Amino acid sequence: MRSPTALRLVLAVLALAGCRATEAAEGPQDFGRTDRGRYLTIVGDCAACHTQQGSSQQFAGGRPIETPFGTLLAPNITPDRETGIGAWTDDEFVGALTRGTGRGGAHLYPAMPYPSMTKLSRDDALTIRAYLNSVPPAHHPVVANQLPFPFSIRLGMAAWDALYFTPGAFQPVAGKSEEWNRGAYLVEGPMHCGACHTPKNFLGGDKSASHLQGYALQGWFAPNITNDARSGLGHWTTGEIVAYLKSGHTAGAAASGPMAEEVALSSSKMADADLQAVAVYLKDQPGQDQPAPAAPSDTVMTAGAAIYADECSACHASTGTGVPGLFPALAGASGVQSSDPASLLHVVLRGTRSVATETAPTAPAMPSFAWLLSDDQVAAVATYVRNAWGNAAPAVTGSDVGHARRDLAERTD
Amino acid sequence: MSRKLPAKDVVIIGLGWTGSILAQELTDAGLDVVAIERGPWRDTASDFPPSYSPDELRYRLRHELFLRPAQASLTFRNNLDQTALPVRSWGAFMLGNGAGGAGVHWNAETWRFAPTDFAFKSHVTQRYGAKVLPEDMTIQDWGIGYDELEPHYDRFEYLCGTSGTAGNLKGALQNGGNPFEGPRSRPYPTPAQKQPFSHTLFAEAARNLGYKPFPQPSGNLSQAYTNPLGVQMGPCTYCGFCEWFGCGNYSKATPQTTILPVLVRKPNFEARMECEVTRINLDRGGKRATGVTYVDSSGEEWEQPAELVLLCAFQLFNVQLLLLSGIGTPYDPKSGRGQIGRNFSHQTVSTATGFFDKAKFNFNPFVSSGSIGMCIDEFNGDNFDHGPHGFVGGGYMGQVQTNGRPIEMTQQLPPGTPAWGARWKQAVKDNYLSTVYAGTGVHGACASYRTNYLDLDPTWKDRFGRPLLRMTMDLHDNELRMSAFLTDKYAEIIQAMGANQVAKQPRKGPYDITKYQTSHLCGGAIMGTDPGNSALNRYLQSWDVPNLFVQGASAFPQNAGYNPTGTVAALAYWSAKAIREKYLKNPGRPIDA
Repeated sequence: MRSPTALRLVLAVLALAGCRATEAAEGPQDFGRTDRGRYLTIVGDCAACHTQQGSSQQFAGGRPIETPFGTLLAPNITPDRETGIGAWTDDEFVGALTRGTGRGGAHLYPAMPYPSMTKLSRDDALTIRAYLNSVPPAHHPVVANQLPFPFSIRLGMAAWDALYFTPGAFQPVAGKSEEWNRGAYLVEGPMHCGACHTPKNFLGGDKSASHLQGYALQGWFAPNITNDARSGLGHWTTGEIVAYLKSGHTAGAAASGPMAEEVALSSSKMADADLQAVAVYLKDQPGQDQPAPAAPSDTVMTAGAAIYADECSACHASTGTGVPGLFPALAGASGVQSSDPASLLHVVLRGTRSVATETAPTAPAMPSFAWLLSDDQVAAVATYVRNAWGNAAPAVTGSDVGHARRDLAERTD
Repeated sequence: MSRKLPAKDVVIIGLGWTGSILAQELTDAGLDVVAIERGPWRDTASDFPPSYSPDELRYRLRHELFLRPAQASLTFRNNLDQTALPVRSWGAFMLGNGAGGAGVHWNAETWRFAPTDFAFKSHVTQRYGAKVLPEDMTIQDWGIGYDELEPHYDRFEYLCGTSGTAGNLKGALQNGGNPFEGPRSRPYPTPAQKQPFSHTLFAEAARNLGYKPFPQPSGNLSQAYTNPLGVQMGPCTYCGFCEWFGCGNYSKATPQTTILPVLVRKPNFEARMECEVTRINLDRGGKRATGVTYVDSSGEEWEQPAELVLLCAFQLFNVQLLLLSGIGTPYDPKSGRGQIGRNFSHQTVSTATGFFDKAKFNFNPFVSSGSIGMCIDEFNGDNFDHGPHGFVGGGYMGQVQTNGRPIEMTQQLPPGTPAWGARWKQAVKDNYLSTVYAGTGVHGACASYRTNYLDLDPTWKDRFGRPLLRMTMDLHDNELRMSAFLTDKYAEIIQAMGANQVAKQPRKGPYDITKYQTSHLCGGAIMGTDPGNSALNRYLQSWDVPNLFVQGASAFPQNAGYNPTGTVAALAYWSAKAIREKYLKNPGRPIDA
């Protein structure tokens, strides 16, 4: 900690002052409490948004967060009094985290996942604060609201909250195991999986009937993570889900894109028992298995098979089985059979690199084929892998690929 | 004026195989290590994706992965009477560059040297008498034995996942392996690669002639493999783009596919790329290295102090940096005194190309890998009686054809074929599928000689104004006789495969700096047991500057009839172990033999 001792003392006293008497007994200098907060901060993946990529100033904010309505910059949440949250009261902090109310009652945008964080108890929220108070304060002003009119009017969020936000701490579901309930708390609360994986309506509110069934964002499709057999986790064992969250890899799948970052910053650092609970809960989420779509035309499948043999089979094998742990399997792969092919097109057009973790350091990559294959060729090979070896998913058209190509070309990441 | 950086425990010059191995071993020992590398960062994902890495023009002909002569080169002459001139385009050997060094573009032929190779001089003088050695031959024993190196060969092979068939397990000969190899403590980590048609046919012909063929040990893997560091490799796809190329399929053992993914995660490791070390700094007494000076890509000069300096550049540049830094005494070929630059050597390779009836033989030469091949070892080292032949040394030979790449293969036509026009085109059509062309079918040893050496050029300077290294090198009668003999034996086997015509290409003098041979340069800063005839002790520690270790083939007193990388890496592990277990207990002092 590089902050001058005097300043830290002041911070400590301020933080204490905001606590209730019972909490003061285990105040911010209590290791166990700070450490619990640190763990919840990891589970919540706060750093993904609040630490600028490549910055040494942890939680100093400034990272742009894309939304369908425009860009927001994640605020500084270090204990700096002027530009961070050092001067906030505990009530203000808890309000922001769990109810989306900023300082002085302003409304936060739900890019801050308060609709999930509301599941946290006040005490959990305050352990996070205890931890955040322990990081070096960074003087780094951030103007969070970069949205265009009319979205820039924060008051609009009051109406949004009324429509889509259900406040309230997590309540265990009777009749379910303790493990299931722990998983439910983690997934629906701090991990805020639904922020990416639940489809949103035109106002950005969750389509709660399709909870965790997949959503397109940031040039990717965050896949269906219910127990859906074809495009979800139906064929995954809980052990595979745990391995995936821990190492970013299973024998057949590899995390890349935004999920690679989630694994690196968050789930790879979570306790095994918690990951197991997450897996148990996800495996109990009903999917909505759609009937298999009509098979694509033989012409497209023949063309796709030829391109696949030339360009893909060296790594992914002619049987689509890949190389365990290294090159993902395509046969039976849920990600390949997602209703929305965005992720498949992303990796074919742009290439991608999987995540490196302590137990899986290799981080193998997929090269870009954008320069080599035309829109129709990409469409044919994508349709082929979505429908070969027993797979079934809607065909991809050349114009789908054209749109994806243009969208990806405009992306700055 | 250089700016001084905070001191590190260890500074490594060059991040190829030896730099990566030493960095891994010493960061594991808890030391704070920085590697300074002249070339760029290279990575499978970004630098050789399989969608464009098989590009013969870009990589093979235009030398994409290699050092640019404008950045660093050397001068060459055949003998002391000539004036050396600078090399402006690589020919006889290729110089790696950037992360992974030459370990990126190698074929991954992962041999061990034979037990007798380490005491070759003692062995042949004992068997044939001292007179068998020409007066100007300067070969000498290594100061280390095969048994001492065996565990380190083993570590390297298990790091790489090497594919092969053991020939000698703890002294028990094994069917299908090399019966002449030294005893190995356990089998290869993965089975030998599958062999294409012409390679299988060579083995059959060799067997019929009474030899014992075996698959070449290969760092292009026969199956997926996870090494002891947890890094994963894929199975080779036999695409035939290995040597000169980076592997896009994670199936060739390179620092990138075996060590670097783990190394880059370590907080006590740092790599500075595109930074060229210009000298190793010494204290006032000249007996202790204080660190290195380097220049970054902006032209800024920096001083990096360190307790321990590891010179891990390519053989030539190890020798050049020692000379430029004033470490040790430069070798003088006239008096035979001085250690830095002596016993420079290369490899005596040759081949015989077989042209077969296209109606009967379709070899599909494009199905291949860099270290595919069926070999025999009957004519290597001292595996046969040299008495009647008038030379010492030998080499392995085999059908080790690595590719059917269109530009290179369309040059391999029967003698007398015109080089262009309709008849050339017809000859390409007639021969492409039915030619056996192993560029280095015969992989011969090369002894060291009094007048084959390296020193600083008196005239030519590099971009920093430092003298270029000068190579003085020629082939001697011993090697020419050996090459003629081995090439004849090899041609007999190609003939026995059923060739219509065999074109023998034994190595001929003078040494030609423009024609590719191998990149197996060695010597110049050799290991030994006597500071009077070696630059390094048997742990690769400088006799003159004990906190400097010099890794790589520059330590070989002469070259054996095998590819050197296995031995280079085994020596690196051997040296690392000595540093960890001996040197660090008493740093700054010579390790007792």
